[in-house]
Amino acid sequence: MDFKDYYKIMGIERDASQDEIKRAYRKLARKYHPDVSKEADAEIRFKEVGEAYEALKDPEKRAAYDQLGANWKAGQDFHPPPDWDAGFEFSGGGYTGGNASDYSDFFESLFGQGFGAAQSGRPHAGFHSRGNDHHAKVLIDLEDAYHGATRSITLQAPELDSHGHVSTTQRTLNVKIPKGVKQGQRIRLSGQGSPGMGKGQAGDLYLEIEFNPHSIYKVDGHDVYLDLPVTPWEAALGASIKVPTPDGQVDLKIAQGTTSGRKLRLKARGIPGKPSGDLYVVPQITLPPADSDAARELYQKMEQELAYNPRSKLGV
Amino acid sequence: MKQTTLNGILLDEQTELTLNDLCRACSSSAEWIIELVEEGVLEPVGYQQTQWRFSGNSLQIAHTAMRLQRDLGINLAGVALALDLLDEINTLQARLCRFEPNDES
Repeated sequence: MDFKDYYKIMGIERDASQDEIKRAYRKLARKYHPDVSKEADAEIRFKEVGEAYEALKDPEKRAAYDQLGANWKAGQDFHPPPDWDAGFEFSGGGYTGGNASDYSDFFESLFGQGFGAAQSGRPHAGFHSRGNDHHAKVLIDLEDAYHGATRSITLQAPELDSHGHVSTTQRTLNVKIPKGVKQGQRIRLSGQGSPGMGKGQAGDLYLEIEFNPHSIYKVDGHDVYLDLPVTPWEAALGASIKVPTPDGQVDLKIAQGTTSGRKLRLKARGIPGKPSGDLYVVPQITLPPADSDAARELYQKMEQELAYNPRSKLGV
Repeated sequence: MKQTTLNGILLDEQTELTLNDLCRACSSSAEWIIELVEEGVLEPVGYQQTQWRFSGNSLQIAHTAMRLQRDLGINLAGVALALDLLDEINTLQARLCRFEPNDES
C-alpha cells in the first residue's frame, strides 16, 4: 500500500492552521470539482483532495496522521505500525462525510474499521436505506444516434460485503442506445445502481452519452456540420454534387457564386428527434494545384482575362 | 450466461417527471426541489405543485446542483449562477469545436 502525503496533496505546510486547511480545500474543491473542471483527471484529483481533507480537518485524525512522522514520502510502501493509534483518545472517528468507498486503502488502514470504535459504519438490523446511484459514460458514434445501437458496458462497482469490507466487482451490461440521443444526455437504468440496505430500494445507474470525435462531421446539440470541399468552378458556376450524410449520400445543388463558409441547411438531416436537427453543409473552396504547365497556363489566363481584385474593399 | 439488453429511459425534453419522481431520484426533500424552482434553476410546467411536470434533463441539473452545494459549500443562488455559467461554457465550447479541424486519425 502506498503512503499518501495529505499535506502535499493539499499543497500546504505540515504546520498549516485548521483555517488554512479549510481554505486550501475549498480552493482545490472548486478547481477539481468534476461538474466544473474540464481537466481529464479531475475526478481522481477531487477524490484525493476530499480524502486528504477528511483526514486533516479533524484535529484528532490529523494528530494521529502526524504521528506517523514527516519522513514518509508519497508512494512509499506503507504498513501502519501495530497499535499506531494507541494513546489517542478518539471521540468521533470513523467517517464524517463523503462516500467512504471512495477513499484509498491507505485511508482505510488508518481510519477505517477500528479507528474511533465508538462509531461503526456497519449496517445494523432494522436499518433501511436506498442504494447509491452510479454514474458512467458511454462512448458512441454519431451514426449510432441516427440509427440507435446496443452497447455493452463494463462497470466496476465497489460493493460492501456482509462484514462491511469494500471490494470491487465487475459486471457487464448490454444497454440499448435509443435513436436520437444527443451529446451529454443521460439514460437512466432503474435499479441498476448499488443494492439498498435492509428493505431499501436499489439505486439507479445513469449513463452519460458522449460522441466519439468523427472524422468528417461536427455535432452541436442536434445539428450536424460538414465542411464540404468544392472546386472554384463548382462554386462559381453552380453545380449538383454528391454529399455524404450520416444517413447516406444525397445530391446537393450548389448555387452559382457560392462563397466559402456560407452555411447550406439540409433540413431535418441532423440527429433525428422531435424536432429533428439539421445538417449544415459548409462549402470550402479548394484550389487545384498549379503543378503542370497546362495548369499554370490556365491560372495565367484567368489572371489576364478576369481582372479580378479581391482586395478592392481594402483600398489597395 | 445469457445477456439481456436493458432498455433505459432517455432523460430528454420529452420525458416528464413529477415532483415526487425528482425527490425520489435525488433522495431529497420536496422543499429542496421547490427551492430550486424558486431560484429558477428548474422550470416545471403546470401551475400547482401537484401538477408540476419537469423535463428529463431537470434530473441532471438537480443532481449537479446537489453535488455543487454539498461539495463546495455554496448556497442555492451561487449554485444557480454556477449552473448558468457552466451552461454558457458548454455552448461556447460546442461552437468552438465546430471551427477546429477534424481529427485526421
